[in-house]
Order: sequence, then C-alpha cells, then structure tokens
Amino acid sequence: MASPSTRGAAIDLKSVSKHYGSFIALDKVSLRIEPGEFMTLLGPSGSGKTTTLNVIAGFTEVSSGSLDVGGKSVIGVPAHKRNIGVVFQHYALFPHMTVSRNVAYPLTLRGIANPDRAARVRKALDMVRMADFGHRFPSELSGGQQQRVALARAIVFDPPLLLMDEPLGALDKKLREWLQLEIKRIHRELGTTFVYVTHDQEEALVLSDRIAVFNQGRIEQIGTGRQLYDEPETLFVGKFVGDSTILRGAASTSGNETAIDVAGWKVAAAKRLADGAKPVMLLRPEKLSLARRGKGGQDRNTLPGRIGEAIYLGSGSKYEVVLADTSKAIVRSTLEAETFAIGDEVDLVFAGSDVKLLADDENADFTLT
Amino acid sequence: MKQPGRILLGLYCLLVAVWLVAPTIVVVPMSFNDKKSLAFPPSGFSWQWYQNFFTNPEWSASLVGSLKVAVVTALFATVIGTLAAFGLDRMKSRVSGVLRALLITPMVVPGVVLAVGIYAVYLDTRLVGTMTGFVLAHTMLAVPFVIIAVSASLEVFDKRLETAAASLGATRLTAFRTVTLPLIAPGILSGLLFAFVTSFDEIIVALFITSPYLKTLPVQIFSSITRDADPTVAAVGTLLFIVTSLVIGAGLLIGSRQGKR
Repeated sequence: MASPSTRGAAIDLKSVSKHYGSFIALDKVSLRIEPGEFMTLLGPSGSGKTTTLNVIAGFTEVSSGSLDVGGKSVIGVPAHKRNIGVVFQHYALFPHMTVSRNVAYPLTLRGIANPDRAARVRKALDMVRMADFGHRFPSELSGGQQQRVALARAIVFDPPLLLMDEPLGALDKKLREWLQLEIKRIHRELGTTFVYVTHDQEEALVLSDRIAVFNQGRIEQIGTGRQLYDEPETLFVGKFVGDSTILRGAASTSGNETAIDVAGWKVAAAKRLADGAKPVMLLRPEKLSLARRGKGGQDRNTLPGRIGEAIYLGSGSKYEVVLADTSKAIVRSTLEAETFAIGDEVDLVFAGSDVKLLADDENADFTLT
Repeated sequence: MKQPGRILLGLYCLLVAVWLVAPTIVVVPMSFNDKKSLAFPPSGFSWQWYQNFFTNPEWSASLVGSLKVAVVTALFATVIGTLAAFGLDRMKSRVSGVLRALLITPMVVPGVVLAVGIYAVYLDTRLVGTMTGFVLAHTMLAVPFVIIAVSASLEVFDKRLETAAASLGATRLTAFRTVTLPLIAPGILSGLLFAFVTSFDEIIVALFITSPYLKTLPVQIFSSITRDADPTVAAVGTLLFIVTSLVIGAGLLIGSRQGKR
C-alpha cells in the first residue's frame, strides 16, 4: 500500500452548473478538495449536495463548468471509467451474490485473478470487520453490516477517491455514531480522499476536515466545523450548523455600533454590516445566560422572556425562551447555573461581543426530511 | 362468532374451486372408458386410448408438430418480449404507456379477428400450413405474456444496482449481463413457460392456418371430436392437463421465489 499522502486524488470543481429544464440544481459551484481530505457536503434536501456527488461520480453530466479529478478533466468520462468508489445510502449490494463475490466484483472487472483477488477481498473485509461474513448473502445481514460490506466493495480496488451519499441515513442513532468512528478510522488508514454527503450537521462535525454548506444549489460557506460554528458568514450557515438564536427587529447604526429593537427592547453590538444589508443578530446557546427577571445587570444586553421549554441533558440544561416578539431563544446552561421551570419570567443576558451580525436572508429557512 | 363465518368462507371457496376445475376433471375418467364413446360416467376401465394416442401416427405427428412450433415460438417470443420489456422499462413513462398497450393488443383482440387477418395475409404470402407461418402467428400471440412477466420482474428490480455496478467499473453491457439479467432471470423463465403454453394450446389461429401436412395437437383434437366421439381426445386432454399444470405451477413457483429475495 502506498503512503497515505500520495493516495488521495484532488478534486477541483470550477463554476459547475446543472440545469434540469428551468430548474437549477447546481448554480456555478466551485469547490477544491485537497488530496486525502475528508470533505463533507452538508445541506438540506434539494440543496445540491447529492447532485454535486453524482457529478463527481459521473452519474450526472454537468450543464457547464469544469471538473478535474486527480489533475485531469473528467468531463464526458463515463462513470465506469472514473475509478471512483461510491457508497450509497441504500447499500446497493448485489442480492444474488455472496458478500465475498460482491466485494470481488470490481476486482473481477479489472481482470484481477485469484489468489490476488481473494487476498484483497479478505483484506477489505478485514478493514470493515466483516471477515467472517464472506459466505453470507446480503439479505442475511443487518443494515449496518450491509453498509460495511458496501464500503469494503467501494475501497477494495484502491480508488483514489471515495464518495459516500448519506451512507448512515437508514441506520439508527447508536449504530450511526459507532459507524462514524469506523469511517473516520478507515479514512485515516487509507489516506484516500473522502467526499461525504449528509444533511446531519452533527455527523458533519464529527467526521470532516472541512465542510461545504449547500443551500439552493449554491455553496454558502466552506470551512472547518469550528469556523462554521464560530464564524458563520451567512444566516443560513448560522442556522443550519448548530443551535442558534436569531434576533430580528428595526435596526439602527451609529458609528461602529448596530442596535436592534426587539419588541421595544434594544440590544446592541459594536459591529456593523456593509450598507444596504438588513442586519440580524445570531447568538450561540452557550453565549446566552439566564437570570431572574430584573437581576440581569445593566452593563450587558438584556431581553425579557418566559421559559417555554426546559430540557435536562445530564451535562446541563437546555431552555427555550419565548421573547417579547414571540420569537424563541435557545439557551444552554451548565450544571452549576441556576435552574428554571417552564413559565418562569427571566432575563436573557448576553455580551455584545458574542453577537454575530449577519445580513438577513429570506432563503435561510430550510426543512429537514 | 368467528368459527361459522370461517366455515362458510371455506365452503364458498371450495365451491368456486370445484366450479373452476370440474370441467377439466370430468375428462379424466372419460379417458379410461372401455367403449368408444365419450359417455360420463364411463362404463369400464382401459388404457387403450392412451395407447392409441402414442401409436396412431396421426396423433403422434400432431404432438411433434405442436412441440416444434411451441419450442421455437417460446424462444423467439422470449427474446423479443424481454428486449421489449427492457426498452419499455427505460423509456419515458408517457411513451412507454402507449407502446405497452400496443404490444399487449394480441392478448386483447378477439382471437377470431386476429385469425381471419392472419389467414388473409398468409394466403397471399403462402404461409398457410407452414412451420414459419405457425411460429410467426404464435410468437405474436405469445410476446405479450413474456412482456408482462419480464416487466413484472423489472418493476421490482432496483435500477440503482446498475448505477452501483457502473461505479465499480462495469460497462452497461457488463452490468446487464452480471447484475440485471441474473436478477430478472426468474421473470424471463416464467415468460418462456407462458409463451410455450400459449403456443402449445392455441386453437383458433391454428384452425385457420392448418393444413393436412402440418397440424398441431389442438387442431387434431378438434377435428377428431367433430368427426367421431373418440375417447383418445379425453386421454390427450388428461395428459395436457397434467403437463400444463406442472409447467404453469413451475412458472408460478419461480415467480414467487423471486419475490421473496
């Protein structure tokens, strides 16, 4: 096996568009993925993340733009000549073949004969910890086992690039979390470039080196999980990655300060947006704190609210606070903090420096299916 | 409360079953009659009509003729029907709906109408009483059965498996050969059996295009029973009943096994 650093292929999408009639599935998407990187394409359904994956795999032809894999253009190259491993959400194992024959399939197509073939099948099954299941048929395996076999089949021919399309989407939570760690381990051991599609932002944070956030056929932001969480560049990214509280209202700026009027209560931050954009404030749950009504202190931003939901998490509590304008704030507090019950009148307190000031965007809403 | 309802339902089902099968079953005792009559119930027991069927050249020639026509028809119909079903499956649904209806018409159009049409064409083209003529006509009648059987298995076939095969390096032809074909094989096989049976007991068209030199078994049965009350007909009927039951049973078995996978 070659050293990890040389095994992965770079991917370069430049201004890739895909139209279906008048519907724009991809709108000038540009994305560079480094060799050996674990890149996650994150977004709600219909955001273009799966279309991007299909374009890279060769299942979908682009309408315009360029696509290089490993430094060579693959535009017009059919899927079967691209030598890219693909793992599907629905496993797509061949039901009439045993596990071993499924995994041997790409090797047989490449003219690799026994004993080399059998050795590589065994090695791939070892890697996904399914070595004892070679003689079974897919119908005799659980969903998680089938997906591990599918993974073995996709890596057995040593592709420089592995694409995964919501591979854990059909599995339950515990199994999903365990397989996420398995996928991370396999990525580390192989050094192959991984491109992973998911709508689950937690999964994206667990797995990825970098995440590309998709919305309505465009990439909103590319960055590490931390960058997306701490420094979202758009309202959509702020809402999609992690929990967030959005404060909206009439905005006024003076000097370098922006103030927002939330149903008669002014909050301010020492930031300002480029002229013309309507500002909204975004706050992460751990940057917010709660106090009994009237005890919030004067030096920080304070908004009155009522506890709408209180959830005990073990490591702390999560509160949903209904504000004066009926919008909801999400607050996370530690074990040591004072606890509140549903219906309690509270003050929501935060520092102006913790506010992310973002341009309002009516396309920032999404539905998860 | 539940018991009487169940018993009534059982009786009703039995009644329907008897009604459906009785006419066929009646033939069985008649075939063992010891006299040359089609009387029911028979007056005695003998194997002579079975013996007659296998020794009389008129009967055995028609059996061989039928088998030849049916085998060739089944092969042609299966190839054509499978390709058609595959094409329909991959087409835009609006076009394929119309084409499918068109391809199924031989099943729907009254046999006599078809037979008259075929006869008229065959007279001009000198196909009456020829092997080619029989195979052409029967293939046309059998193709819809193959299309229906293969379409049914294509319906449950997961096309995404072909995409997976492509990602693993398979050309479209290789993917078809190694993935699609093995998975729809039960459908093709049951189509083959239905095509065979369709040809083997087809009578209407056969009556029109038959000749003294090429007769199929159903034609021989028909002319025999209209000429005299020969119990050989009952013997043939019994044999056909057994053979077709086995063939169709096998077809259904294959079909249901495929569904379980």
